[in-house]
Amino acid sequence: MAPTRREFLKIAGFSAVGLVLPFLPSLSSAQAGIPLSPAAPGRLQALKAKRWAMTVEPRKCRPGCTDCITACHLEHNVPVIGNPKDDVHWIGLERVEHIFPAEAHPRLPESITKLPVPVLCNHCENPPCVRVCPTQATFKRADGIVMMDYHRCIGCRFCMAACPYGSRSMNYRDPRPFIRKINQAFPTRTKGVVEKCNFCEERLARGIFPACVIACKDKALAFCDLEDPRSEVRLILDKGLSLRRRPELGTGPQVYYIL
Amino acid sequence: MKLYNRGMIIAGIVVFLIVATFPFWYGRGKAVSPPDLKLDTPAIQQLKEKLCVETAPYMRANHMKLLAAWRDGAVREGNRSYRTADGRVFQVSLTGTCLECHSNKKQFCDRCHDYAGAKPACWSCHIIPEEVR
Ligand code: SF4
Ligand code: SF4
Repeated sequence: MAPTRREFLKIAGFSAVGLVLPFLPSLSSAQAGIPLSPAAPGRLQALKAKRWAMTVEPRKCRPGCTDCITACHLEHNVPVIGNPKDDVHWIGLERVEHIFPAEAHPRLPESITKLPVPVLCNHCENPPCVRVCPTQATFKRADGIVMMDYHRCIGCRFCMAACPYGSRSMNYRDPRPFIRKINQAFPTRTKGVVEKCNFCEERLARGIFPACVIACKDKALAFCDLEDPRSEVRLILDKGLSLRRRPELGTGPQVYYIL
Repeated sequence: MKLYNRGMIIAGIVVFLIVATFPFWYGRGKAVSPPDLKLDTPAIQQLKEKLCVETAPYMRANHMKLLAAWRDGAVREGNRSYRTADGRVFQVSLTGTCLECHSNKKQFCDRCHDYAGAKPACWSCHIIPEEVR
């Protein structure tokens, strides 16, 4: 029996699909693992810690200084986009009332309310950004650094919604044209990925302290192993009351503020 | 079966077949010469023994897997040095180690990738020194 027109169209359709199929890339390419030899000791002694942490003493900052921001953003090829909507930052300055809303009240002295306070990723003990990331592009290392694997980031921005501190920025546009001077030792990011402070893990691996800490001439930033009782961070914390941003949220921030 | 517009349909199928198979009969009998890869960069000329991190045949077949292992090892495990089978140690870095020798990315990486139709996304973030200098 001759096929109906409907059947003829079906056959034609399947034949067309059949023609195209052989050209599609194979979906099941086997992945052969490469045996990686055990890591050789680095040529430069890396800085290691059980738990990296930072103290910030904003009252030591000289007025109008932005050296930490400049150093960090040059080091990490952070674009200067110049419009608040697309702004990308790893470290910035904020007012006390914004970062310590529970501690702020109308009778605080001007020396506190007008004080610009350096803010960066807190490398939380219990980071919500890590918990929500669907690709594990954001992860926490054993030494406490909350790292990003930009190769894996799909730009869903769940982490930006999860971070209560606004520590993360999305690359809404290609950042390359907005980088004043490219540092060849560090990659840039691409459009559609989120980025944030990495506690200078690439410098620690080379045995160098973070760029912001080195750049600060007033020693307002200290960076050390929190588990070492004789570390600089611990000595500073031992002196008196220190604050962490919004501790009631349970994130366990590891950047401590001395005000 | 009654096929309306028989002429148009048959003609359409014939045209489709010609277009779909065009690359095959157009390229028949023509051999595209393999890419001419340049290895004469200053850094390579200075090497006493002209050897990549692994042997050339291994690199030719597996450099993408090696780089993926380097990437995951460096970012996720913090392994920043690589010891080769014969004991040499290299820094794990695409821009710093690979492009140090292969500073002529256009005549090396790109020629073969273009030939093979591979479009690696490395360079949207990793820096090509010859381009930003
Ligand atoms: S400050 Fe924000 S981005 Fe940094 S670890 Fe905590 S939740 Fe994640
Ligand atoms: S934007 Fe990237 S890092 Fe953030 S949650 Fe999504 S995949 Fe993870």
